[in-house]
Amino acid sequence: MPPPTKPAPVPTPETLPFWEGCAAGELRIQRCTSCGKHVFYPRPACPFCYSTELEWVVSDGTATLHSYVISHRAAPGFAEDVPYVIAIVELPEGVRMMTNLVEVEADPEKLPLDMPLRVVFEPRGDVHLPLFAPAGSAA
Amino acid sequence: MSAKDDIVIIGAAETDELGKLPHMSTTGLHLQGARNALADAGMTPADIDGIATVQTPGPVAIAHAMGIEAKWLDGTGVGGTSFLFHVRHAAGAIRAGLAETVLITHGESGRSRVDAPGWGRSPQSLNGQFEAPFGVFGPPTAFTLTALRFMHETGTTLEQLAEVAVAQRRWSSQNPRAAMQDLATVDDVLASKMIAWPFTLLMCCLVTDGGGALVVTTREKAEARGYDKPLVHLLGAGEAADSPMVSQMPDMTSFGGFKRSSAAAFAEAGISHSDVDHLMIYDAFAHVPLYGLEDAGFVGRGEAGAFVAEGNTSPGGRLPMNTNGGGMSYTHTGMYGMFAIQEAVRQVRGEAAAQVEGVERSVVMGNGGMFMAGATLVLGRSPR
Ligand SMILES: [Zn+2]
Repeated sequence: MPPPTKPAPVPTPETLPFWEGCAAGELRIQRCTSCGKHVFYPRPACPFCYSTELEWVVSDGTATLHSYVISHRAAPGFAEDVPYVIAIVELPEGVRMMTNLVEVEADPEKLPLDMPLRVVFEPRGDVHLPLFAPAGSAA
Repeated sequence: MSAKDDIVIIGAAETDELGKLPHMSTTGLHLQGARNALADAGMTPADIDGIATVQTPGPVAIAHAMGIEAKWLDGTGVGGTSFLFHVRHAAGAIRAGLAETVLITHGESGRSRVDAPGWGRSPQSLNGQFEAPFGVFGPPTAFTLTALRFMHETGTTLEQLAEVAVAQRRWSSQNPRAAMQDLATVDDVLASKMIAWPFTLLMCCLVTDGGGALVVTTREKAEARGYDKPLVHLLGAGEAADSPMVSQMPDMTSFGGFKRSSAAAFAEAGISHSDVDHLMIYDAFAHVPLYGLEDAGFVGRGEAGAFVAEGNTSPGGRLPMNTNGGGMSYTHTGMYGMFAIQEAVRQVRGEAAAQVEGVERSVVMGNGGMFMAGATLVLGRSPR
């Protein structure tokens, strides 16, 4: 039996623009043109004012480290990554997303909360995943 | 409250055994819990006209297997807190005349996984798109994700996180049915196997097989049947939802499911924190009871860690909590809420293994999923 592969997302009509953005090297999120708030994960209507007038905007690719764990158990496909950082990052617009941290040692000493990060995109299946690296590390 | 509207738990029991039970299926665990709860209530399936349980296998399968022609069914499945939801829903249904006596069942082959539902989620689901690709591997790497933020914002230390597990071993050491009965120190907890920093093995719940069930009816009916144990009255209840994905909680340091459900339950019961003699807070992981203590207002912001470390929730403390040993040391089938209710019932009746003296009121707070849904029950030895 071949080793398991890492799970790959499959877009839905609502989320497709986000994944197309990742493939194009852009972190696209929704913004409500009615109340001005930003929205992530992609949805058909604004959760704050229920307007359906949501536009796609490009976030600048920066984020801060909101919280994380260092997984010492391998999820299927992650055997070579252990230990690896599963993080929740916050974009400047205030929305948060789950991700993995790359280009940094999985060591709490190296991972202070609120440290600045920048997005990198990694191909996976038919899409590109948004992962994050320390803002200061080499691009 | 009139005897007709006063909702009571008249039957409560767990499966004969808990732990590793590869000779029993998921449904078999439900049915053994149900049989034991009916026996506890002095009832037979003919006395039951309402069924509530989760998938798997769902209320239709349980009713059918027991030969019950239910006229009210509830299959609310919001994770491990579902059984608290069922108690609240049953109370509403009984008061509305939709059913008279409701059986609530739980059975889960969490460890042996005999006829257990699969883990898989569609890669098109929200979870499949926005969490699973990042190597979360069930609750140990997802439920735990909020903890560093909580510790950062509240000043909670790693040692205080470990104290939650230590306190619960003090209780489980008095409980012959608990899976883990050895006392543990903070050093033991911190030195145990690293699972997902900052969580070591002893800060994580067990994975077991087991089940349990409850029978809920009115005081009027219970009194008419001449029930010989103390009735456990439902004084108040609340339910709430937070986020379907842990990464999308509005606030990683507070659980809306605990906060809103406890406020509703306390208001309905007309009690304040000082009226609570005993507390159960769902402890899938060591940080969850700390959230519960703060979100329900038992302590102020940032005080939960020290509160536990100072022994307030331990035997002899002023707020005994998770007195069966909890999900970390008693049992955790996956949907632990049923066992939290069972221990609260035992404490109110005065028949717990590690019995707290004079429990007049007990509060149970359940979590479902990973900070997804929450519910609170206020149980009492006397009617409201
Ligand atoms: Zn809006």
